[in-house]
Amino acid sequence: MPDANLNSSQAVAHVAEQPPFEPRIVAFFCNWCTYLAADLAGTSRMKYAPNVRVVRVMCSGRVDPQFVLDAFAHGADGVLIGGCHPGDCHYQEGNYKALRRFRLLKRMLGQMGIEEARLRLEWISASEAERFRWVMNDMVERVRILGPLRLLPAKEVFPEEVAV
Amino acid sequence: MPEPQDTSCSGGIGVYVCHCGTNIAGTIDVNALTDYAAALPGVTIARNYKYACSTPGQELIKRDIRELNLTRVVVAACSPCLHEKTFRNVTAEGGLNPYYFHMVNLREHASWVHTDKKAATEKAKDLIRAAVRRVRLHRPLERKRVSIDPNVLIVGGGIAGIHAALTLANAGKHVYLVERDATIGGHMAMFDKTFPTLDCAACILTPKMTAVTSHPHITLWTLSEVTQVDGYVGNYKVTVKRKPRYVLEDACVGCMECIEACVYKQAKVPDEFNMHLGKRKPIYIPFPQAVPQVVVIDRETCIEFKSGKCKKTCVEVCGDRKAIDFLQQEKTEIIEVGTIILATGFFTFDAKRIPYYGYGTYPNVYTALEVERLVNAAGPTGGDIVLRDGRKPKTVGVVHCVGSRDENTNRYCSRVCCMYSLKLAHLIKEKTEAEVFNFYIDMRTPGKGFEEFYNRVAEEGTIFIRGRVADVYPDPSGDGRLTIVVEDTLMSTVRRIPVDLVVLSTGLEPQPDAQEVRRRFHISCSSEGFFLERHPKLAPVSTFTDGIFLAGCCQGPKDIPETVAQAGAAAAEALALIDIGYVEQEPYTAQVLEEACSGCKTCIPLCPYQAISLVEEKKKATINEVLCKGCGTCVASCPSGSIMQNLFEDEEIFEETEGLLAYA
Repeated sequence: MPDANLNSSQAVAHVAEQPPFEPRIVAFFCNWCTYLAADLAGTSRMKYAPNVRVVRVMCSGRVDPQFVLDAFAHGADGVLIGGCHPGDCHYQEGNYKALRRFRLLKRMLGQMGIEEARLRLEWISASEAERFRWVMNDMVERVRILGPLRLLPAKEVFPEEVAV
Repeated sequence: MPEPQDTSCSGGIGVYVCHCGTNIAGTIDVNALTDYAAALPGVTIARNYKYACSTPGQELIKRDIRELNLTRVVVAACSPCLHEKTFRNVTAEGGLNPYYFHMVNLREHASWVHTDKKAATEKAKDLIRAAVRRVRLHRPLERKRVSIDPNVLIVGGGIAGIHAALTLANAGKHVYLVERDATIGGHMAMFDKTFPTLDCAACILTPKMTAVTSHPHITLWTLSEVTQVDGYVGNYKVTVKRKPRYVLEDACVGCMECIEACVYKQAKVPDEFNMHLGKRKPIYIPFPQAVPQVVVIDRETCIEFKSGKCKKTCVEVCGDRKAIDFLQQEKTEIIEVGTIILATGFFTFDAKRIPYYGYGTYPNVYTALEVERLVNAAGPTGGDIVLRDGRKPKTVGVVHCVGSRDENTNRYCSRVCCMYSLKLAHLIKEKTEAEVFNFYIDMRTPGKGFEEFYNRVAEEGTIFIRGRVADVYPDPSGDGRLTIVVEDTLMSTVRRIPVDLVVLSTGLEPQPDAQEVRRRFHISCSSEGFFLERHPKLAPVSTFTDGIFLAGCCQGPKDIPETVAQAGAAAAEALALIDIGYVEQEPYTAQVLEEACSGCKTCIPLCPYQAISLVEEKKKATINEVLCKGCGTCVASCPSGSIMQNLFEDEEIFEETEGLLAYA
């Protein structure tokens, strides 16, 4: 997924000054496709970056935007949502609902100062272990370039016109 | 209504780290992990054990629950898809509610996929911490029992479908056997002999086909396709589209006089059953032993359908039986079944996709299935293996691995081609005394009596050349002979071998509509496109959708004995469900917290199962627990947070997420 926020030359320069940064990524995977792809990557002994921690949900449609915000609020540098390909949802169309929320959430994140590339939605079927590995590594690398998530401190004083 | 959150669980958590031999312990420091877990708030005991799923491992957990008064159990081992049920049962046997348990996937998600021990151990710590935080919030849950409709649907009437249908019907269960073609029998009916015993395929298959029609417990629908599947395990509602045959099955006695009487005196239409090598009439029976023994009219070629001006000699000769009905319409049937077996078979690789082998360009390049029909005594040539000009071949080249073990087509081995190529080599030699060359990459003959058969064919004088055929080109003289170019890897030389006949041993592929069918039945495919089994070793005929089973080549290439074994296994799985009469469903359903529901109806259209409705008097949503399948989409969408999903409650997921991130 190409991303406008990802200015690699700036980011690389930024990383060079910092001690090595290991991104912390939380993933919400549906039970029927992406979680199984992760299992298949395991049984196929594929190797990938160890930065992603998986929370299993039955369907990507279960992923409440609050889960994503909660993960960012508690220190995640990136959040990955994995579901079945369009048309393949075990529950017929939960993944479309996930997509709808994802689009809206991505716009919101931008407004909150969180780079859009930190949130990603991927369709990975149960047989796509190779693709799964690629997504995991790619996600980690992209977030690594962005650096640690720094949330803006909450404004304690409202601008006057708002306070009135 | 859910019970109030059980906040009494401030301790009493048991954490069990499995070594899984060296599968986990080889990459993750299990001792450090156990010490870490033991120090987590709320953890009473943390242990590690070589194989947690073994009987002593299970006993250890049960004893701890009783002796240490554990309130929650966390097992960090393999994927929950493999052993979540096992450890829930252990938790229950120890005296706790089975849902006071959470499983951590250390093996598939950490030890097998990471090489850095330190990083893998750190990840394992995070996963365990998340589980410990989450499991404290777990509530006691009960599995629902759903009754199982004893009727079974079998899709596909090849040997797999036939065998499964007979097994179930003999056990007294009613079977709907749905077949797309005009007859059952599938690919096996097209074969002449079967390897390695060389029994006649028809002799072993046709009695089973006849048994299907005469069986009181089997409803056979040919020319039919499943178009829709609703419901869930035990209670599927299936829509079947039955295409018109234009001949009434009940009225036709299979005398075939109508075929004789057809205004076409000569058969003109290429015959599908004979791989277009023979001809049939517009009114025909696919092959003499077809089941049902009912003729069929092909509306594409029948004059009555084309012009409406046919003399209809077929109707005349049928007379009082009035079996022919040009006005027959497509019918839709809706049936209720408890279990489904998919036996939709395979598609043979299209040899035209490898143009340098010349199939479709050079007349004397045949596919194996075509030769299968030529060899057959009931085939288009009456069993003579002849070239297109009628001559007998003097030299024959059999090319293995066409569309198998090839990066450009299919990477997998089709399993059966080596053996059927040997069979064809034997039959060709027996019938024509031709010199037969087999061009192979590796000879794969694992199976009872297979290697012996290979030796026998070699002793008979078939010549084996190891190497993938690079090219087939015609003799410049124009006499129709072909030259096979191959690198003989045993002699390290390129050879050019002139032959009269080339046989392409085409591989097995998924049916072209496998993806559509998979969606219709809510199951998955593996990467090559065959239907995906629930577990490659422990659940080879089950799917991830309960109550739907697989048999035969729709799951992957296999020979007849394996197909029949799998069909028997699928039937046994279905019988096991039917005989106990009910299935226990996971309690992951959603429910509405009435006091918080504003009656906004946002959730109602989101439910794909129409499980949510509005109680008009109260203006509150309510969820039908039986219809809810537990996806949780409504939960995530409720603006007032008034829907909860068992075992996937918001609080539980927040705890798990925060647990993952709270680095201690």
